Amino acid sequence: MGTKVNLISGRTTVQGRNLDSKLSEEYFDEVARCDLNKADMEKLGVAADESVKVKTSYGEVIVKAKEDAGTPEGIAFIPMGPWANAVVSGDTHGAGMPVYKGIDAEIEKSGDKILHVKELMQTYMS
Amino acid sequence: MVEVTDVVCSLCGCVCDDITVEVEDNKVTKVKRGACSVGKSKLMGHNRIKSPAIRVNGELKDCSYDEAIKKAAEILAASRRPLLYGWSSTVCEADKVGVELAEELGAVIDNTASVCHGPSVLAIQDVGLPSCTLGEVKNRADVIIYWGANPAEAHANHMKRYSYVSKGFWTEEGKKAKKLVVVDVRATKTTKMADVFLQIEQGKDYLVLSALRAILYGHADVVPDEVGGVSKKDLLETAEMMKGAKFGATFFGMGVTHTGARQNNIVNAIQMTRAAHTHTKFTITPMRGHYNVAGINQVCTWETGFPFAVDLTRGYAWYNPGELSATDLLIRQECDAALVIASDPGAHFPGESIKHLAKVPVIQIDPFPNPTTEFADVVFPAAVSGVEAEGNVYRMDNIPIRLRKLIDSEYPEDEEILKRILDEVRAIKEKESN
Repeated sequence: MGTKVNLISGRTTVQGRNLDSKLSEEYFDEVARCDLNKADMEKLGVAADESVKVKTSYGEVIVKAKEDAGTPEGIAFIPMGPWANAVVSGDTHGAGMPVYKGIDAEIEKSGDKILHVKELMQTYMS
Repeated sequence: MVEVTDVVCSLCGCVCDDITVEVEDNKVTKVKRGACSVGKSKLMGHNRIKSPAIRVNGELKDCSYDEAIKKAAEILAASRRPLLYGWSSTVCEADKVGVELAEELGAVIDNTASVCHGPSVLAIQDVGLPSCTLGEVKNRADVIIYWGANPAEAHANHMKRYSYVSKGFWTEEGKKAKKLVVVDVRATKTTKMADVFLQIEQGKDYLVLSALRAILYGHADVVPDEVGGVSKKDLLETAEMMKGAKFGATFFGMGVTHTGARQNNIVNAIQMTRAAHTHTKFTITPMRGHYNVAGINQVCTWETGFPFAVDLTRGYAWYNPGELSATDLLIRQECDAALVIASDPGAHFPGESIKHLAKVPVIQIDPFPNPTTEFADVVFPAAVSGVEAEGNVYRMDNIPIRLRKLIDSEYPEDEEILKRILDEVRAIKEKESN
């Protein structure tokens, strides 16, 4: 049983610096991660850089956990990019805009491997 | 070595135009002044797509531009419901050819606004936008609000060049004589700089905006002790700060466009600005992301009457975001081919919609390999606008600025590739009609 969180995504400097090099290791390290409050990290029993599975009604993805004091308890932040988008909602509510923030998600500790960009894209081709 | 001054950055909507770089042997070797770390990274360059390519048996095989043009035109001409998407990281001259191609094909043309400030466009169409140029903000504004935006990370020069940290004609003391209010769900690098940080509960922007509107209109009595996680005391303090401004400027980001009420959040933010007008001058401006997303909205509007999500299959322009925006079209599995240029839906669309995009033939025009390349069927490497190609773009405040060419490219410009595809599509259609 995982911890229930409200998932949001957004920009970071390193994500922006790699907009034109999304296949790089720096992008992977920055974007395939999930920021969580210390209390949520403890609840999940994960340490920094350990893998977590983020599950929503729209999909699931493995990312590494990172403790962030700026992220309030109950919120999970994944930098915008392929990993966040694996679990966001495409329902645009008639406005054209998908739901990139404010998605009910469940997070649990995971031993699974974090997929690289190319591997993640492969999952859409099957 | 040549030093080039007044270089224009082609990364984000700030379009900084005071950058100095060094160029040697047809390479940008150093960014000396002006650019933030994100802009610097863009100017210094990254790994490129090396050759045009066509996917054969699951693998991209290098080919000539002629072969790729022919293949792309065949795909588009045979398509019954093509989607032409992107257009925000290229110049207006290319965007214009894009709209012409959409007209020729009877395609749906959409741009990245539909996943960033599309709701802002809808709100502006609804209630207008009391805005101003960034130059006016620099020279006049003494109260700055960032709502649902983290410029310290996403638009790193915005505060320095235009708002809180800048020094202008009537703001010569800089930040010492200014107040900064930041509204966000998380504590960020931007909130750390704020005089007032309103940490709201996620998705409660509409409520907090409504409370501020009520206070600004003199109805503080109806506001409860806490709204969306913010205390009434903090709301009253913020409203007083707004009322006391000589010139206030609100900037809003995807924290409001991506959330809950979407365009209704923006309508409310614009109405809050109007409420502030009962006391002082106040403006509001969206923090546009790509350097020319404002430009494709301009070009698409000149050419079709509408800024994004435009269907040209009927022989006239039909506008309906929510139906014709790229995500909706893909989730309904409606388009049967796509041309993606100057954007990366593979990285930035919800997985649900990428599934369909990965199934249909995709033509990609981009200088850099990215997640979209992983499923693209025809790939064109292009020159990097603002480094290897010049052209006009629109800054986030809709000021047109001309990008400069710094070095020669071995790759053609977006405009040239699009023109060649358009010519080939016309040739196929003419052949078919004979």
